[in-house]
Amino acid sequence: MSREAGSPLLEEENIKPDTRHGVILYVEDVSVSFDGFKALNDLSLYINDGELRCLIGANGAGKTTLMDVITGKTRPDVGKVSFGQQVNLLEMDEAQIARAGIGRKFQKPTVFENLTVFENLELSLHGDKGIWANLFHKLSGEQSDEIAQILHTIGLVGECNMQAGALSHGQKQWLEIGMLLAAKPRLLLVDEPVAGMTAQETERTAELLTSLAGDHSVVVVEHDMAFVRSIARKVTVLHQGSVLAEGSMSEIQSNPEVVRVYLGEETGE
Amino acid sequence: MADLFKKLGSLPVVVGCLFITTLYVSVCNLAFPEGSALHVSTYTVTLFGKYLCYALLALAVDLVWGYCGILSLGHGAFFALGGYAMGMYLMRQIGDRGVYGNPELPDFMVFLNWDALPWYWAGSDSFIWMMVMVVAAPGLLAYIFGTMAFRSRVSGVYLSIMTQAVTYALMLAFFRNEMGFGGNNGLTDFKDILGFSLQSDTTRIALFATTATFLAIGFAVCHFIVNSKMGRVVTAIRDSENRVRFIGYKPENYKVWIFVVSAMLAGIAGALYVPQVGIINPGEFSPLSSIEMVVWVAIGGRGSLYGAIIGAIVVSYAKTRFTAIMPEAWLYALGGLFVLVTLLLPKGIAGFFPAIAARFNQKKLAEVKS
Amino acid sequence: MLRIFCLTLSILLASFSAQADEFSQLVNQLPSKSLRNITPLLEQIAAHPDERTKTVLTEILNGDLYYKKNNKQVVSIRKTPDGDYQLTDVLTGDDLGTASKSSMKKVKTSNRIRSTIRGLIAQLDLTHKNAEVRLAAVKQILDSPDDETIELLTQLVTKEQDSTVADLMQTAIGVNTLKNGNAEEKLAVAKALRDSLQPAVRNAMVNQLALLDEVEKSQLSATEKQLKTELTSAIDKIKQKRSIYEFIENMFFGLSLGSVLLLAAIGLAITFGVMGVINMAHGEMIMLGAYTTYVIQLMFPQWIDYSLFIAIPAAFLVSGFVGVLIERGVIRFLKGRPLETLLATFGISLILQQLVRTIFSPLNRTVAAPEWMSGSWQINPIFSITYNRLYIIIFALTVFFALLAFMKRSSLGLHVRAVAQNREMARALSVRSDRVDAITFGLGSGIAGIAGVVLSQLTNVGPNLGQSYIIDSFLVVVFGGVGNLWGTLVAAMSLGSINKFLEPLTGSVLANIIVLVGLVLFIQKRPKGLFPQKGRSAD
Repeated sequence: MSREAGSPLLEEENIKPDTRHGVILYVEDVSVSFDGFKALNDLSLYINDGELRCLIGANGAGKTTLMDVITGKTRPDVGKVSFGQQVNLLEMDEAQIARAGIGRKFQKPTVFENLTVFENLELSLHGDKGIWANLFHKLSGEQSDEIAQILHTIGLVGECNMQAGALSHGQKQWLEIGMLLAAKPRLLLVDEPVAGMTAQETERTAELLTSLAGDHSVVVVEHDMAFVRSIARKVTVLHQGSVLAEGSMSEIQSNPEVVRVYLGEETGE
Repeated sequence: MADLFKKLGSLPVVVGCLFITTLYVSVCNLAFPEGSALHVSTYTVTLFGKYLCYALLALAVDLVWGYCGILSLGHGAFFALGGYAMGMYLMRQIGDRGVYGNPELPDFMVFLNWDALPWYWAGSDSFIWMMVMVVAAPGLLAYIFGTMAFRSRVSGVYLSIMTQAVTYALMLAFFRNEMGFGGNNGLTDFKDILGFSLQSDTTRIALFATTATFLAIGFAVCHFIVNSKMGRVVTAIRDSENRVRFIGYKPENYKVWIFVVSAMLAGIAGALYVPQVGIINPGEFSPLSSIEMVVWVAIGGRGSLYGAIIGAIVVSYAKTRFTAIMPEAWLYALGGLFVLVTLLLPKGIAGFFPAIAARFNQKKLAEVKS
Repeated sequence: MLRIFCLTLSILLASFSAQADEFSQLVNQLPSKSLRNITPLLEQIAAHPDERTKTVLTEILNGDLYYKKNNKQVVSIRKTPDGDYQLTDVLTGDDLGTASKSSMKKVKTSNRIRSTIRGLIAQLDLTHKNAEVRLAAVKQILDSPDDETIELLTQLVTKEQDSTVADLMQTAIGVNTLKNGNAEEKLAVAKALRDSLQPAVRNAMVNQLALLDEVEKSQLSATEKQLKTELTSAIDKIKQKRSIYEFIENMFFGLSLGSVLLLAAIGLAITFGVMGVINMAHGEMIMLGAYTTYVIQLMFPQWIDYSLFIAIPAAFLVSGFVGVLIERGVIRFLKGRPLETLLATFGISLILQQLVRTIFSPLNRTVAAPEWMSGSWQINPIFSITYNRLYIIIFALTVFFALLAFMKRSSLGLHVRAVAQNREMARALSVRSDRVDAITFGLGSGIAGIAGVVLSQLTNVGPNLGQSYIIDSFLVVVFGGVGNLWGTLVAAMSLGSINKFLEPLTGSVLANIIVLVGLVLFIQKRPKGLFPQKGRSAD
């Protein structure tokens, strides 16, 4: 059984999404319901290769459920989700999807609190995720360099050997982003990256995400409108489980529908 | 060189202690006559041999509970299966010296009017085959149970109770005479092992030394596992299984693997235990004995390998003393220990050694800097 | 000399009591009779209209009638636990203290005399003025008939007023005919008794059929052939009916076992469903309830029939109180650490068990069943429902629906459900979740205590009583789906039934194992049980 976990995985490592049409993620006609409540309602969404996309929407609009569907945590009742043209994500489990190149940062930062910052990154590093390989694994020089690089990027060089549980909330956010980087995914799903960060840190995050786009495709879910404004090229508004509007920030802001259901609510607060 | 020592951590200390104890015990038992102040009685040797078996078992429990967060209330089943495999071999070694003098069948089968060995007793007269069974039987049970439970993501309290249900069901099954494992009485009245009489002092010492060796090997194996990257994945699974899944590991495979390894260790402990105490019966499957193992680890300090060993030895020793002086009080003490340790000492005895913990951190530091 | 002595004795007795009549004289003659001449005396006694007749005859039949060597007083004896014999005057029913066996002599009987006595008793009963006594007597004859009693029946059946008794008498006569009658008579009986469910009828028919089967087909007369087909079809019909009743009986047993499981599990369903913690001492709450029943019975020995009604609330309070103590003292400090809670409560269960052992001794105690719980409701000869099981089913369902109503209707129940679904939110809405926890735990434990009262009626009460129930209860709760009381009901009832249907096929231990393993497999396939709670908050 353990063998099985080792070798076939190598094949999975080689799964490359087919992006000849320039689209890396297809979400088509997806519906999810929980006990009659439709969390996603016939939703369709396309993310282009190398794009930075922001998802906004009120609570319960289906943002997190959409992330869950893409990463395999929730199975949709109907619909199609594929990575590139050919990789059907609905047939894969969370681990396979992650290995295929979709990384996710959670809303609530979840790092391995009893491991050090270094070890957190080490585990996230792309590479063989099988048992035997890891039992006899020795960190190569290349990998050490990679980790050092990431530590530098996320500004946690000094905290390298601290237990992750002892980090501040903002630092945990950074560590999660670092873990995401270590996995070298093609597509990054980032759920509320700047919650709990200072203005300065927020700015750095914005910079980082913008720089990632191009090589990677990035989908950001965020409530902080200033942040969205600062990074977004294209914004998708979700409302009651389906796409309400899509376009540039200024288009969205002038969309009367959106103003009514979302921005209107926010100004009312 | 210093790096190496740090990397080995508590391994040399534990192995050294075991080696010295074995040396001391065998010399004092064999070289000094009875009555001498330095003499260690064979009873004591056997008693400590038993403790070492428990220590190995505690390692197995700690590996899954302390490092992987799987609270198994059924490790007694793996222990007993290993024990039964050894017991079957010892049973066949009796040969025609049994009460009924049947050269082929153990006494209890003759008593039940069986005329042939059941199929699963095939090969039970071969030491090698039965030693394979010692690890294979618990390993297989752990694999089947683990694959089903972990694949369907059963965890936490559910898993614990299910492991308990399995060992409970096995206990009921082994109590039945029809199972062909001696029913109520289990397997006992062993005569010798590999041709050496189980009653002789030398055999006892040899068994003790073997147990100590296996404990040392078991410790080394566990030490290697928990300090490998795989061990860190396992720890990560304990802390947040879902998160591990989202960075591309399959926690269920890791859990099955560690569960099987742990079950095999428990099986070996059972096999070493049986020739020393001279009996194996379905009582070993009882949920209470499985949960006692958990308390060894809880008291010793879960997530610490040497803590598990200390816990097993200390608690078993306390049990021996208590049950000798006031048997009534033992269950109060055991029950009280459960409550107190969980409430006040979540890290167990090993948590008392902050200095060692600090050294542990330094080691990691050194590792990274190198 | 002996007779003179007897005579003086009887005269003496006569002076003691106005009742010292003819009957006493007859009985007092027993010691002086030898085996050969005792029969006429026995017949005289039987013919006497005195009410004590049957007692005397039964005592002789059982070999319990003795007389004292010194004064020839006729006594019945019972062995006491210390090996002595308790003497009772058969005539007055007075307690005569204890004596050793050597000071007494038995009223001698032989096999033949005993069979005579049986006949005499049967006759006595068959002519008894109470119809139920007559019915019982006929039943006994049906099970062990002999020629004389059958003859007696044939005489009596015409005079019998009660139709049930008369029917049964006909059946008994019929069974006899099946054995000893000629082919035509047998055929008539086979037709008449084809709907009878009496085991004796079926046995007689099967025996007849076997006899007929032994004979070559060609040698059978036409009537015999007809008899053969008639018997075959009658036996088939009886078999069919029996299997239906067997099914109903298994179902009933299953439901009663299910009710016990339901009572044991429902408390856990609440604590586990609401608080997410598993109380390993839950089984001990059941045990405490059972011991409470025992203690209450000790306190009010004169009210055994009603002490259960005191025991139910008492057990609820005792177990509930201990439950609240456990929650306040231990569990609340272990919030969010379910595995630690499991270990700590396991420790508590060990302590409670040992405590009970220290206080009450490790030996099992018996709780007497009240009069109204014992006995059974005989629906037909092969199917009866024992009252205790029937009441347990009714009681378990009552508790279940009361709890359901409590959870659905009361404001406290609302709070409990709110905390179960979303602790943080409930707290934000000023539900005092701490208090709800304590009450929930008390409620769950209290119901476990009630389960203990019920269990005390089914098994002996011992320190290990609750131990095995924790696994069963937990599996029932998970099987039904955590947080779903209806699921618990369905799970308990179906597991009980499955167990009872397996039992005749595999034996009870194997049935137990099969159910356990089956459940473990099921939960691995569907970890959320039969009726899972759906939704985002579910995981």
